Amino acid sequence: MTTTGTDAPVTTASNEPEEATEPVGSARSERLSALTQQHGALAVLMLVSLVASFSFDTFATGDNLGNMATSSAFLAIVALGMTFVIITGGIDLSVGSLFALGGVLAAWGSRHGTLVALLLPLAVCGLIGAVNGLLVARSRLAPFIVTLAAMLGARGLMLALTDEGADTYLIGKGSVLAELGQGKTLGLGNPVWITLALFVAGAVALRRTRFGQHVYAVGGNEDAAALMGAPVARTKILVYTLSALLAGLAGALNAAWLASGVTILGSGMELEAISAVVIGGTLLTGGLGYVSGSLVGVLLLKVIQNVINQIGSLDSSYQQVVSGAFLAVVVIAQTWLGRRRQLM
Amino acid sequence: MAEAALRTLPFDKNRALQWLHTYGVYAGVGALLVVNSVITPHFLSAENFRTQAVQVAPVIIVALGMALVIGTEGVDLSVGAVMALAASVTALYLGYGLLPALLAVALFAAGVGLANGALVAVIGVQPIVATLALMVGGRGLALVLLPQLKDLRNPALASLGSGDVLGVPYLILIAAGLALLVAFVVRRTTFGRQLLAVGDSRPAAQLAGLPVRRVLIVVYVVSALLAAVAGVLATARLQASDPTSLGNLMELSAITAVVVGGTPLTGGRVNIAGTVAGAVLIQLLTATLIKHDLPPSWTQIAQAVVIVAAVYAARGRGKR
Repeated sequence: MTTTGTDAPVTTASNEPEEATEPVGSARSERLSALTQQHGALAVLMLVSLVASFSFDTFATGDNLGNMATSSAFLAIVALGMTFVIITGGIDLSVGSLFALGGVLAAWGSRHGTLVALLLPLAVCGLIGAVNGLLVARSRLAPFIVTLAAMLGARGLMLALTDEGADTYLIGKGSVLAELGQGKTLGLGNPVWITLALFVAGAVALRRTRFGQHVYAVGGNEDAAALMGAPVARTKILVYTLSALLAGLAGALNAAWLASGVTILGSGMELEAISAVVIGGTLLTGGLGYVSGSLVGVLLLKVIQNVINQIGSLDSSYQQVVSGAFLAVVVIAQTWLGRRRQLM
Repeated sequence: MAEAALRTLPFDKNRALQWLHTYGVYAGVGALLVVNSVITPHFLSAENFRTQAVQVAPVIIVALGMALVIGTEGVDLSVGAVMALAASVTALYLGYGLLPALLAVALFAAGVGLANGALVAVIGVQPIVATLALMVGGRGLALVLLPQLKDLRNPALASLGSGDVLGVPYLILIAAGLALLVAFVVRRTTFGRQLLAVGDSRPAAQLAGLPVRRVLIVVYVVSALLAAVAGVLATARLQASDPTSLGNLMELSAITAVVVGGTPLTGGRVNIAGTVAGAVLIQLLTATLIKHDLPPSWTQIAQAVVIVAAVYAARGRGKR
């Protein structure tokens, strides 16, 4: 019986064949594993930051922290949307391409005014996200493959718009859009404030609204959610649309920050976003996750990147090795913790 | 579920979809061949066929391993990174001769496959995340071992990449041989049966006493080894080791080939002939667009449409 449990973690708790085999009543250890699941990443982030600020004089300076915050902002916005998708038990591989597409559309649109520059990427990316959602929810295709196709399609569209990546549209200096990306308010870059506002809104939507409850319900057990009357298909369409909208917005803001729609960006970003979400304690099996955790996950990835850059003598490819190893350690820990919680 | 509604349609959509699902990929390849021989100048030449086949051979080899992994209801995102790792390790150990280098490549690849398999089968991590970790880490390791492109001057390696038997390049022979071998394993061996049983229902396979963990680990090791073979062959063809870009997006090409070829993502079924045809279909599609001076962006959009069409045709045919 126990071996079945250790071998079938991919299945959700509901269709695992065995009953709880561990002694019930170890409430303390359950609380402990829940706490580690939710706040483990935060503890590691604080530890790494603490060690880094003692080891490198240049780490805990205002400049370095400000730069890190701004460069984290764009990935964080993408990871926010990814969190919703993953809580429903899905995955969105198209965000990196949508990020690039959003940036190019914003830069292209900026010659027609700021409003066009902001609305165009949102409209196009939102539409692609809605198509993703429709194919996943109504046609019941696997999210993995639908968003993979969208990833290829969106990048193709972006390349078609830019003469195969040869054209780079610029965003004029002094425009409202450039100010939005490059300006600072109270010493922090505007993208950081926008990101924080989006995360607060996201946390409220997930925790305090009916939509948020539906997101958890769909991810926890889709059939049960449908039986309870939750609008499963609508919820799924909404989360994929939301994820695409946020990816497009992040791309537009990033373009505003760089003052141009750079075409080579965003590849591999879907994997970074997924890593951040998973590190932040959201389960890939769905039904359990935290918006705040994803923010911590993004910061942790960026701090590790920064520390490796500080060491200097280390090649940047070590960063990939460390990131990969780190992700492996986190998912191993999560799988253990998650199993314990499911059993209890 | 939706059958009642479908039955009222005058045109039997279900059967059309089923036909498309089973034979669509071959029909697609056939159609592209016919269309190209009419509209593309110099398409029907031995030289062109050889070029196309040599280009698609590494994709086919990687897709064979991917088909096995997908047959167990998994996915292997680390194949591109393994190709890069194979290129790096080849460059590092080629000084000792080709055979020791190949041995070292096999060891590294088996290590990656073992790590994937252990994460999936023993720890119980979802395949997509487990292999994502190895994808990021593997590419990093490849770059740590060999930070930039390196030209390789080795006659044995060069002949592996560009040699032929009676006009048929080694690359094509190796890909064909491996495809036959994998098809044989899936259809005619106990291991093949076990693999499909595990993919069909892991709890049931467990209850039936099948060695589920061992099957999963072996599948991921085989996938990594096949990716390494593709990496070595690609390196031999380039006569250079390029860990930065070799195998980039290969996981997507391989998954596309498998899915377009009619293997369901839900596991329990593996279609090797379809996988080979799927890889050829994508290759021909790309070649057609390129030969008619359509930009690469069109290729990607076309590929996206083909993927969605393929999974749409396969809809509801896997287990629920």
